[in-house]
Amino acid sequence: MLRNVWLLATLLILLHGLRVAFSVPADAAQGDLSRIFYYHLPAWIGTSVFFALNLLCSVTYLILRHRNPARALQADAFAVASAEMGVVFCTVGLVTGSLWGRAAWGIWWTWDERLTSTLVLWLIYLAYLLLRSFAEGASMRTLAAVMAIFGYLDVPLVYMSTRWWRTQHPGPVFFGSPGSGVDASMLPALRWNITGWLMWGLFVAGLRYAAVLRQERAEAAAARALLAVQPARAARTPGLPEGDRA
Amino acid sequence: MKGYARAVSVQLAKDLRLEWRSKDALNAMLFLALLVVVLFSLAFDPTRAESREIAGGILCVAILFAATGALNQAWARELQGGVLDAQRMSPAPPSAFLLGKTFATFLFVSAVEVLLAPLFAVFYNLQVKGSSALLLLVLPLGTWALVGNGVFFAALSLRTRSRELLLPLLLFPIFIPALLAMTSAATAIFTGDGDPLLWIQLLTGYDIVFTTAAILLFGLVLHSEP
Repeated sequence: MLRNVWLLATLLILLHGLRVAFSVPADAAQGDLSRIFYYHLPAWIGTSVFFALNLLCSVTYLILRHRNPARALQADAFAVASAEMGVVFCTVGLVTGSLWGRAAWGIWWTWDERLTSTLVLWLIYLAYLLLRSFAEGASMRTLAAVMAIFGYLDVPLVYMSTRWWRTQHPGPVFFGSPGSGVDASMLPALRWNITGWLMWGLFVAGLRYAAVLRQERAEAAAARALLAVQPARAARTPGLPEGDRA
Repeated sequence: MKGYARAVSVQLAKDLRLEWRSKDALNAMLFLALLVVVLFSLAFDPTRAESREIAGGILCVAILFAATGALNQAWARELQGGVLDAQRMSPAPPSAFLLGKTFATFLFVSAVEVLLAPLFAVFYNLQVKGSSALLLLVLPLGTWALVGNGVFFAALSLRTRSRELLLPLLLFPIFIPALLAMTSAATAIFTGDGDPLLWIQLLTGYDIVFTTAAILLFGLVLHSEP
């Protein structure tokens, strides 16, 4: 029920966001081209939020894995869901950026500071997801959590290195040099779209979380069932001293 | 502290002895690096001026490819005879194994670089325009960045299916900032344009961050349940 209400609210907000994105005044310099920014920025906010959630859940998993295995499993399931969601947002951000770049710069791609660092970020989290698909069970979860920490540690270094390497991306729109920021008339389009897309991200991540958790629990139950069969057999063997059964 | 240093040196001595007897990793790395250098030279056929521009990148990529093969073997060797299980049960701190193995692999890769450097200069008609002494700083720092992370990720991928496939997939994305710093510094030294010091600082920072993280997190990797 709650899920359906959430989905409905998300869709309504996204629809409204789309309407507002087309109705706010066009950018003074770029004209209608700037409207893609209402999708580009929410994608980046989604990327940052979900990759940070991935780190948080990974660390939680490592802390809780012995103390509270059930909670740790939940944390791990949300770590996968948020990494996947982060990669989706990152892909949307790269694609919308590329579309804008084609119209504004005349090229689809350039090896500039922010584009390169984002691409590297995307690669790091693909590697994380790949690692998860290459192994199973508790050891995979631990290794993936370690990889998530390594990946996140790399982010500032990637950013610094590409920044010194070169830069072409327009300066930060928010919190940048004086005169940055968008005109107040454009803010509603940003607000609605950021809210809508984050809600959409949380909805999909929630679905994935439930699916991953169910799968992990099923695997754990299967493993327990397998273990339960063996002591039962040992118990049927007569004359075995207590100590040998373990 | 003394016990820790001993544990590191025991692992280092063991790896050096093993390599000295077989020389598998060294031979394979040297030949592969040589092949990469030759292949790039044939594929791009650079002029002398172009050589200076691209030599830094080619040298780093050649080392990267060559080291990956050796890194794959670094821990796989320990699986034979259950050595890894013995290490897991030993009271020595896990990071001592990691450091010992990292030092050993670092020495192997550095040896390959020393042997490769003259050949590289000949094939690419390389005349260094900047201060070549700085290369003695850039190459070890870059090699440590590669090997430190490489040994860690090799241990991490040991528990996975098709681990030899997985190692470069995990290592290369994480290594990108170090590769960028290493190639930019080397190119700055070869061409004499630009200042390599900024890149050397970045490499140093990268080494410190990831070596610390690897030392702190290696216990989790070594003792993760099979």
